[in-house]
Amino acid sequence: MPTKIEKDVISGRETTGQVWDGLRELNTPIPRWWLYTFIATCVWSVGYVVVYPSVPGLFGYYHGAIGYSTRVEVNSQVASIAAIRARSMDRIEATPFAQIASDPKLMAVAMAAGKITFANNCQPCHGAGGGGRPGFPTLASDSWIWGGKLEDIQTSVQHGIRNEDPDARMSQMPRFGVDGLLKPVEIAAVADYVLALRGANKDGTDVTAGGKLYAENCVACHGEKGEGKREVGAPNLRSAVNLYGTSKDAIIAQISAPRQGVMPGWNARLDAATIKSVAIYVHSLGGGE
Amino acid sequence: MNEYVTPSADEVSLYGDRVRVYPRAVHGIARNFKWALLIFCLAVYYILPWVRWNRGPGNPNQAVLLDISTERFYFFGITFWPQDIVLLTGGLILAAVGLFLITSLFGRIWCGYACPQTVWTDLFMLVERWIEGDRNARMRRDAGPSTLDKVWRKLAKHSVWLGVAFWTGGGWIMYYVDAPTVVGDFWTGQASYGVYGFTFLFTATTYVLAGWAREQVCTYMCPWPRFQSAMLDEQTLIVTYQGWRGEPRGRGKRDVIPAPVLGDCIDCHACVHVCPTGIDIRDGVQLECIGCGLCVDACNEIMTRTSQPLWLIKWDTLARQAGLAKGEIVEPIKLVRPRTLIYLAVLGIAVAAMGIGLAMRSLLEVSVQHERAPLFVRLHDGSLRNAYTLKLVNKYTHDVSFTVTVEAAMRAKLQVAGSTDAPADAITILVPADSVGAYRVFLDAAPGGVEAKNAEITFLLRDTTDNILIKRSANFIGAGKPGGG
Ligand code: SF4
Ligand code: SF4
Repeated sequence: MPTKIEKDVISGRETTGQVWDGLRELNTPIPRWWLYTFIATCVWSVGYVVVYPSVPGLFGYYHGAIGYSTRVEVNSQVASIAAIRARSMDRIEATPFAQIASDPKLMAVAMAAGKITFANNCQPCHGAGGGGRPGFPTLASDSWIWGGKLEDIQTSVQHGIRNEDPDARMSQMPRFGVDGLLKPVEIAAVADYVLALRGANKDGTDVTAGGKLYAENCVACHGEKGEGKREVGAPNLRSAVNLYGTSKDAIIAQISAPRQGVMPGWNARLDAATIKSVAIYVHSLGGGE
Repeated sequence: MNEYVTPSADEVSLYGDRVRVYPRAVHGIARNFKWALLIFCLAVYYILPWVRWNRGPGNPNQAVLLDISTERFYFFGITFWPQDIVLLTGGLILAAVGLFLITSLFGRIWCGYACPQTVWTDLFMLVERWIEGDRNARMRRDAGPSTLDKVWRKLAKHSVWLGVAFWTGGGWIMYYVDAPTVVGDFWTGQASYGVYGFTFLFTATTYVLAGWAREQVCTYMCPWPRFQSAMLDEQTLIVTYQGWRGEPRGRGKRDVIPAPVLGDCIDCHACVHVCPTGIDIRDGVQLECIGCGLCVDACNEIMTRTSQPLWLIKWDTLARQAGLAKGEIVEPIKLVRPRTLIYLAVLGIAVAAMGIGLAMRSLLEVSVQHERAPLFVRLHDGSLRNAYTLKLVNKYTHDVSFTVTVEAAMRAKLQVAGSTDAPADAITILVPADSVGAYRVFLDAAPGGVEAKNAEITFLLRDTTDNILIKRSANFIGAGKPGGG
């Protein structure tokens, strides 16, 4: 026996037959195509589970019918980027510095590679942007110990300074005080003379004795006027830029028992094109010659 | 009175079968306006990508082009840069408030006449009517067996639909890439996957939405009908059936004596048959109604034929209709109300802000950034160097050369990084046309004590062509102690 479907008096529409506090809910069914769309998404999800990695297991997971893996995809993308990058890097390696500079595209690649490499490898000692740290030279300045030409910088990065590399930049300043080469008064006199060279002899101390000692012991490396000698890594004594301080005490300490920086050679860790890029980047920081 | 009986579960389905709507052709004022707007909108859409605009060599000559690869939006004489995104935001606000205003005044004008869903559905229905005939012919054929006549008409209809959809989908792409080029590339197989993919996508959506989904989009998918009621009130002009005049509805002669107790509505269902969403306007305001006014036209035709006054279904406000139903004298339609005034004010502010923004939009942009690592560098002669990055945006189509100087309390010289020129009081920077450049410059303060302190400085950039002076303040970071020592 068919029951009559309840109708709402006012709207004349069917109701769901449910009543809450006297309110009857009109039957407003959702369209059937909407249901089919929902079923279609369910079917799609089954296909997705089958095709793609989906079900986790205790010792692994279901790899999917086509064996897709995001890790494999990342690796292949990294490899393809490396292949693309290699094209430019090979050219950087083969091209002389002057020609790289006149090729804006190649230059941009070198600068980018140099910047990243610098941040990863050089920054801990030389500071961000080559700003330097106490005892570690500022690279953004025009004051150089071993030379600021692109080739000089390249050599310094390749072989480093005072390390085991046979081609490393080498020099040894005698330990005038510790090894007894000069007496403390003599060292103090030399320090006074160095201060005078820097134009810092404000009280007019007599520096003739110091000058004589300087001529005998220091001139060979640091030069007549304290201008330094890059072949032996002897710093310019008159430069406003210095590694270990410019007070008289600091100078005396440096003459007595010189501190001398060591830098690793990067040949072992970085390839030639990358080192060249680092040289270009460092050269661009502001002091390149 | 109906007695309520709870139906058993198998009688009430959870899902409703789609009731096919077979809208009938109709003529009248609303229909004419709708045709006019349809032709205008479609003409703009299909023709605009082909309009050319000369921007000089090396620049696209398409009047309206949203060039994703170079991040430019060309609109006739104006070129927008990504930095102008605020104008887009402003434009969207403008569109939204404009829509609110129009809706609070005239109801769902947008839905009924200008919405792309409506426009393309109308176009597809026109094609359908041409090929399959009007409502009755279509219903009869659909209910009948698959005859040759039915098959070829269906095939023809869907082919034309697909053609229009393809034209529409392709037209969309032309707003993103040069139209003549992409058409050539498309047919010679040289276009990008993106072009083919999006053409296919928009062809498919047009075909499905305008051909198959139609009123289902408005009723079930679109959010606008759900919240447009927030803009409507009893003073809004909407399509209404004047029940007080029409009821009691019924067929039968009205000029006999004694006159039967019948209203003006002859219950012919003409208003239902023309309705693109298949509803009965006589049931009152409904979510499904897109306010197209076709039922107004349909009923006016009937009223003319039955020699009764027109406008049994008309555009009117709920407040007036409520009054008329009670036999009161009603006030005229109020277009000026607090709500519309507020929308108008917001719209005015938005238009003004946009106008000012557009007018003051500079074609040269300059920003100066102090470099942070390192903050400063001591040079061998004791001078102190600060480095700055000048970001120069040249939106002109010609190169611009700037002369850069610095106003500072100390003696300082400028140098472009990497340049072999000696530091000088003024430097020149050339910014190529239509480009953004970042230029590193050094400011070397001579030793003497002043350079030890932080200082405020000002960069002065003079555009040498137009002699425009741009000032940007910046900081000079001192070393905290004098150099040279
Ligand atoms: S078209 Fe007019 S007369 Fe006919 S049913 Fe609709 S309201 Fe009544
Ligand atoms: S009820 Fe009238 S105004 Fe509303 S959608 Fe249908 S035809 Fe258009």
